[in-house]
Amino acid sequence: MNALAARRRHPAAIAILLFLGLALVGTAYSLLAPKPAQAAVATAADAELGKQLFLANCATCHGLNAEGTKSGPTLMGVGAASVDFQVGTGRMPLAGPNVQAPRIDTVKFTEEQIAAMAAYVASLAPGPAIPDAKLTSGEGGDVALGGEIYRVNCAMCHNFAGSGGALTRGKYAPSLYGVDGRYVYEAMITGPQSMPVFNDTNLNPEAKASVIAYLKATQAEPNVGGMTLGNLGPVSEGMFVWIFGLLLMIACAFWLGQKAA
Amino acid sequence: MSDQVTPTSGSASGAGTVSLDEGHHVGTGGLPATFENPGLPPHVHRAADDDPKAAKRAERQVAVLFTLSILGTLGFIVSYFAIDRMTSVFLPFIGLTNLLNVMLGVCLGIALLGIGFGAVHWAKTLMSDEEVVEERHAIASSDAARADFVGALAAGAESAQLARRPLIKATAGAALGLFALPLGVQLAGSMGNPTKALEELKQTIWDVPKDGKPIRLVRDPELTPIKASDVTIGSVFHVMPETLKELREHNVKEGHSEWHGVLEAKAKAAVLLMRLNPSEFKDDVLGRKARDWGFQGIVAYSKICTHVGCPVGLYEQQTHHLLCPCHQSTFDVTRDCEVIFGPAKRPLPQLKITVDDEGYLVAPQGFAEPVGPSYWERLK
Repeated sequence: MNALAARRRHPAAIAILLFLGLALVGTAYSLLAPKPAQAAVATAADAELGKQLFLANCATCHGLNAEGTKSGPTLMGVGAASVDFQVGTGRMPLAGPNVQAPRIDTVKFTEEQIAAMAAYVASLAPGPAIPDAKLTSGEGGDVALGGEIYRVNCAMCHNFAGSGGALTRGKYAPSLYGVDGRYVYEAMITGPQSMPVFNDTNLNPEAKASVIAYLKATQAEPNVGGMTLGNLGPVSEGMFVWIFGLLLMIACAFWLGQKAA
Repeated sequence: MSDQVTPTSGSASGAGTVSLDEGHHVGTGGLPATFENPGLPPHVHRAADDDPKAAKRAERQVAVLFTLSILGTLGFIVSYFAIDRMTSVFLPFIGLTNLLNVMLGVCLGIALLGIGFGAVHWAKTLMSDEEVVEERHAIASSDAARADFVGALAAGAESAQLARRPLIKATAGAALGLFALPLGVQLAGSMGNPTKALEELKQTIWDVPKDGKPIRLVRDPELTPIKASDVTIGSVFHVMPETLKELREHNVKEGHSEWHGVLEAKAKAAVLLMRLNPSEFKDDVLGRKARDWGFQGIVAYSKICTHVGCPVGLYEQQTHHLLCPCHQSTFDVTRDCEVIFGPAKRPLPQLKITVDDEGYLVAPQGFAEPVGPSYWERLK
């Protein structure tokens, strides 16, 4: 301990301490970070249970009969897919009014409860149904075609690598990393929030499956160039160079100008 | 440190040095007639200058740095041949990464930094650091040398008979001068015929040929036609004209590459198709025009930003704002894509659309104004 205490003023001490602190925080985060909810296929969708859940959790904003109020839109015709997307990704119930409902990893309902609410909302008026798992798994999709469709239809908002991007007045297109194929598919058919609808006559189910296959393929792709810095393009890369590159150069200049002991 | 900054000789007035911690100091008011050159501060020896052990240690440190560089270079060569191109490893903070690229980069970095740090450390610890004064020299050569040079030049011109043969002088000058022209001609020629180029910028492949039938809107990239009923409210379609397909077929028939001129045509013809509830268009001149040029709330606008030509594709289906990702120009679809924010100076040009007998969306005419950057405004 004495040897350690004697070296506490060593010039490298602060760097070592910083590194240890960062490593500790990083490891702790990766261990403690909330994991995304595992999707299990709902079996019995009980519309009656769904109605009870709806009245308890959603009716304040969406109205007692889902007719919509000043604080929330009507849910007539939004379909089961919309409920599954909004509640399954933690966007609903909304914690507070904001420009956009954020994705929250701690989903407040079980798969069965979500399925029940979806069944209730679907029973009010016809709307897009929850897609078949075959189409949303990303298996068997044409990755090259999916890439072409993604670049034309999705990349301008969700970024070339699916990292998301900014929209007007505080709204944003969320990142697509680690998003379940089912939610990607449901977002395309329901058009949540600012996102436009990509119905089956625009992108047919095979095209949508191909987009999901493309996203899975790019996200599984090993990184060829080292740190991605969030795949955000020149903004984050420039920032990195300005901060770390310049600091390194200043440190070198300082060292060069100093007289040896 | 303090002994380093003390002047080696006292000032002429005889006043001693005043240090900062003495508080207010009343001076004598007298200034010396001349300031003496204080000279260089005394040279301070480094540890390695006096202590052979320290010098030996510095030598070893430099050698270690150079050895690191050697190992880095060898590591680079070994990695280059030994590591499979497709191998990936998991690295903390970075994730799954290509091993070969990481190894090449790290080894090259060590190799270069080893040389650099070694050289600097060597210079700082062992190479002589005695201060020396280097006197300046006059820049001009001596008069004799300059006269010599002028003489040699004049003798050369005389022996080449430059003054006596004006014909050669004139033709050589003309030959050398004219030689610059081919370069200029190529540069000007590569810009094309200016009037024709301007015409080309005004046209898109949406322009319907005379007495031709209206052009169908097709999906990009599939190039399949779009029925009006396909476009549900809140939908966005990325659209190209059907003539793009014909352009490619024409290229193949003519023996060109299929893609000859296709990118240029696409860059001007890209269109975004949206369907709004017809009641959502503003009830003013702009909103009514936008609705009337559409079909049951389906409207088509050029995707090329009027600022510097980025593709404007970020449509927010609730606010009906179109956002350009490059400089955040924002267009209001409910008011004929009027600019509501950002550097664009002109609304996006609207493509008038309707449906044909089979229910497919068609454009009966091309854009009414040139697409792309606002350069056109100033041209008039």
